[in-house]
Amino acid sequence: MITIRRDVCGYCGACVSVCPRGALELVDAYLSVNDTLCKPQCRLCYTICPLGAILRSEE
Amino acid sequence: MKDSYDVLVVGGGPGGAVAAKTAADEGLSVLLIEKRPAIGVPVRCAERIGKDSLTEFIEADPRFISAETSSATLIGPDGTEITLESQADCILNRKVFDRELIWKAAEAGAEIQVHTRAAEPIMEGDKICGAVIEQHGKRSFVRAKVVIAADGIESGFAGQAGINTTVPLDEIETCAQYIVNDINIDETENRFHISFADAPGGYLWVFPKGNRCANIGIGIRGSSSGEGQRARDCLDRFIEKNYPEGKITELIAGAVSVCRPLSETAADGLLIVGDAARLSDPLTGCGIYNAMFSGKLAAQTAVSAVKNGDTSKKALTAYDKAWRESTMGKDLACSYAVKEALLRMNDETLTAVFHSMQNCKIEHISVQNLVRAILKENPQFAKELPPA
Repeated sequence: MITIRRDVCGYCGACVSVCPRGALELVDAYLSVNDTLCKPQCRLCYTICPLGAILRSEE
Repeated sequence: MKDSYDVLVVGGGPGGAVAAKTAADEGLSVLLIEKRPAIGVPVRCAERIGKDSLTEFIEADPRFISAETSSATLIGPDGTEITLESQADCILNRKVFDRELIWKAAEAGAEIQVHTRAAEPIMEGDKICGAVIEQHGKRSFVRAKVVIAADGIESGFAGQAGINTTVPLDEIETCAQYIVNDINIDETENRFHISFADAPGGYLWVFPKGNRCANIGIGIRGSSSGEGQRARDCLDRFIEKNYPEGKITELIAGAVSVCRPLSETAADGLLIVGDAARLSDPLTGCGIYNAMFSGKLAAQTAVSAVKNGDTSKKALTAYDKAWRESTMGKDLACSYAVKEALLRMNDETLTAVFHSMQNCKIEHISVQNLVRAILKENPQFAKELPPA
């Protein structure tokens, strides 16, 4: 669904707080995605990321 | 770690630490868990707090205060500057400050566990009875009469307990900040650049951190963020233009909610404080004081509830009512209204406001006094801005 560029992620939690499905969680400094809950058309986490660490699946 | 406590605090930031200390001071058994392996890092904050606000909770100590400022300069879209004498502000060193607060909680008798995560709440019907805890690869059940969710902007614990904590994209500021060294700054002055061209729906800040060093950061509205126009992109352009000589020693990412607070911050066995309750100031983005204030209030409510043997939502709602009726609650409502009015403006209007304000005198800088001064010079905004 989404790919996290771990070398870019600043583990700030911005994406977690806008995800309406609770699909993202910051475990320690590691962003984890629940692929069952994540919806492909949704672009909220991709949009909000201050560093550009989230890629959508088609990219 | 025991298997049951009076109070479980999820999160080791200022809100959680003050809550844990307050409850432990009153003789309750308290466990505070922090998912990170260390308290205070990574920093996700511009670190500014009013000195009076700080000293309501802890004695000012140079070990965790990087700089003290006495004036604020607002810079408009065309570069017009308005300098206001302000009450003393402290720019903290959160890496030291957060540990100091946690130490105070530990001294009071709270048990602290780091690298320990609340995986999910233990629910019995609608009642929150503790949390499933993960630590060093092991899962355990920790029961608590009251859980205080102080888990910051992510607000995952309350979300898992069935409370909608999702922040809409246009009500969150996505932020980036650098610690920049070797730059010419006035160490006693906070600077706020307000230009929607440079910081769409937000602002840029320069807060001194000591000799030739500052936190330089930006918050932009979530709905304005996107490829090439992310918080860090905007910040890089600002630094390149204004502080090209600066040497960057730290990158900090973060987010601040600028929505209204959660409509309910108490549930059966649960209290939500600080950023997790969306209590950061929607105009300034400041959240340290509000986290400590609500953390203390939540713990006081938990203490009475535990002593009375009733930790139902009905009993804990006293906390929700108390913070809404407090000065903090009223200030949050005012800041939200001013933020909404500001977001309806554009750079042209903002520039006009800055020009009108050049000779104004504000005795004590506050949101209310600023609004009063803007309205005096710009009565046409009477319908836009809340009555000050």
